[in-house]
Amino acid sequence: MLISKAPDLTYSRAYINGPCLTHPKARRQLVENDSRQFYIYPTKMLTSRALIRGLQSSLWRSVCSTSALQGSHSKVVDVIDCSVPQYNNRLDTPLPDRPFVKHDQLSAEQKKLKEKEKASWKSLSKEEQLALYRMTFELTYPEMRKGSDEWKTVLGGVFFFMGFTGLLVWWQRVYVFGDVPHTLSDEWVEKQTQRMIDMRINPVNGFASQWDYEKKQWK
Amino acid sequence: MFRSAVRLTCSGVRSLTRTRPQFTAPLAARGYSHGKQETDEEFDARWVTYFNKPDIDAWELRKGMNTLIGYDLVPEPKILEAALRACRRLNDLASAIRILEAVKDKSGPHKEIYPYLIQELRPTLDELGIATPEELGIDKV
Repeated sequence: MLISKAPDLTYSRAYINGPCLTHPKARRQLVENDSRQFYIYPTKMLTSRALIRGLQSSLWRSVCSTSALQGSHSKVVDVIDCSVPQYNNRLDTPLPDRPFVKHDQLSAEQKKLKEKEKASWKSLSKEEQLALYRMTFELTYPEMRKGSDEWKTVLGGVFFFMGFTGLLVWWQRVYVFGDVPHTLSDEWVEKQTQRMIDMRINPVNGFASQWDYEKKQWK
Repeated sequence: MFRSAVRLTCSGVRSLTRTRPQFTAPLAARGYSHGKQETDEEFDARWVTYFNKPDIDAWELRKGMNTLIGYDLVPEPKILEAALRACRRLNDLASAIRILEAVKDKSGPHKEIYPYLIQELRPTLDELGIATPEELGIDKV
């Protein structure tokens, strides 16, 4: 049940997503969170408090977007407000939706430089031009293209764990597995092979066809 | 504009290295089988007009550049000049430098396109006082 306060069944409040008002099984409960109010059906699985708690405790806080429940704990994680334009480093989007350093986050120096930008650009030194570039863009094109050495770490990790698994398998072979069946011993296999030859197993194209019965040897 | 139709035949490669960059251009940005195909000149003129709008706003500049970079071509110098002047009207030097970076990246393996563009844009760059990425040292990591 999704409850953060006592259920309020007054239907006079406006609701955001219109659930079926006339369904006999519909029980609406009002859950308050700061300035927003949601009507949420008390479905068993999807919104159970235990499930949300489980997700939160296993570091999946960003998945728990039900803000109604997040209101109950005070820690705030890094949330990206997707309702405002985002900055991005993309080769196919040279001019992203907003500058990297937002206008209201510029330092005094940077603001002065922005003013100077309104005059002729010839008055800007190379360092100033570079500073203006870096204010607006996080990464240059070569930096975007650079890539990393992460693949070496990944491959190293893969081999390491494969090696570790190999050790486990070897230990298991030595300490866990019992003896091999006696029917695989050389003596038994000899007798078995002789029997198969005598029985003429697959004499046309198979086993016995490889035995030369005159010379009493393999062909 | 340079529609970089990469021909791997001998004649194609030879023409790239010997002469000044001339790329055969398949006509029209849109693959309609019907209707009038837009010529390269019409395409260029349309984009130059777009960036030459006197009261172009920042969004239109961004939209125009992002769209232009999305096409399978390297824009002509005259389009880029119009875009750089639009940056000047918007007092946005960083975007001007970014545009130069973007067209260099857009040329891909055809290393001779970018120097040609800079050569053609040199008067504009000098007039507006825009430093190229090479002059700023950001062409290397």
